[in-house]
Amino acid sequence: MVAVTMMKRLILAALCASAMLQVSASQAQQATEVHVTYSKGQFQPGEVSAPADKPITIRVKNLDAKAMEFESKSLRVEKVVAANSEGVINVRALKPGRYEFYDDFNEKARGALTVQ
Amino acid sequence: MLAALIIVFREVFEAGLIIGIVLAVTGAVPHRNRWIGGGVLAGGLAAGVVAAFAGALSQLFAGMGQELFNAAILGVAVIMLTWHNVWMAHHGREMAGEMRAVGEAVAEGKKSLLALAVVVGVAVLREGSEVALFLYGVVASDGGSGLSLATGGVLGLALGAAVCFLTYYGLMRIPPRALFATTTALITLLAAGMAAQAVAFLERANWLNSLDTVAWDSGWLLSDKSIAGRAMHTLIGYTDQPTEMQLVVYVAVLLLTFVLMRWSGSQPTDRAVTVG
Repeated sequence: MVAVTMMKRLILAALCASAMLQVSASQAQQATEVHVTYSKGQFQPGEVSAPADKPITIRVKNLDAKAMEFESKSLRVEKVVAANSEGVINVRALKPGRYEFYDDFNEKARGALTVQ
Repeated sequence: MLAALIIVFREVFEAGLIIGIVLAVTGAVPHRNRWIGGGVLAGGLAAGVVAAFAGALSQLFAGMGQELFNAAILGVAVIMLTWHNVWMAHHGREMAGEMRAVGEAVAEGKKSLLALAVVVGVAVLREGSEVALFLYGVVASDGGSGLSLATGGVLGLALGAAVCFLTYYGLMRIPPRALFATTTALITLLAAGMAAQAVAFLERANWLNSLDTVAWDSGWLLSDKSIAGRAMHTLIGYTDQPTEMQLVVYVAVLLLTFVLMRWSGSQPTDRAVTVG
């Protein structure tokens, strides 16, 4: 049994190591930056766009005095941005399409990222 | 008010489920309320601190502080849950079987209680910091309508507590003989699910990029934003779009727990075994 445990640990270690290697490789690929401002409970601009098949970094600047949560089901993103601060969100390379996002604390605030 | 109620309830729901399970797991252990209560209190206080410094926290690690913090505390919870299972595999049998010196049993029980108190604290911390941020924002900026929203928040909190008690009393209806196997399975799935969540946070932080292809999308069947989806998310780590790495880690935690429990359970009981 001990031998089996050791093997499991080794496999896990190998997985972690390969993950690390991939990280350094992917960071070389330049991400597209997208800027969104959040003020008075609205996204500005409400529609943003980015090229397909490239990683995207979304920078959300929250100018309101309360926290918001940038959330998107299709982007698989959920991030709390504190009052008067900026949140950085990493998104993997995407297929062309329209990806909607909203403020989870205030669902009236909606916007979308168009990838083309 | 309703919006606040829903948002707060959604956040405390997960913590409520976890506390309910931990209460059922520790049903027979003396002084468990003190430990679990301590975990809730410490988690609540820490949530307030995290919320107060949320801006600073998210600026760490090139804007990825939040994600890495979440991944780290989830990792701690996974270790604690696994350790508890392995510990129970070894000591559960002897505690149920031959009577041991009571003092020793209590002292040993405390170790496992501490691990579970940490798990409870982590659950409250994670959910509580979002609630604190949301409610603080509401009270600070809305003034007049703040009171009705705060009422909604308190009601949401009460509903979360109700989830906790329902989980606890539901589990306590299980006959004692089957309860141990049930809670062991629940704790194992909880740990695997949390590990998969930690992977999701590492992926968002770009710290983990291998096997990051989404394996399937079962959102049409059960969305993880629905209340049933959220319950499954907490209990077994269900997500409707898991990445391959999440699946690998999920299965690895299940296997590792199984192997460690088998190993620990086969150790002679007359000497102390420290695991993990």
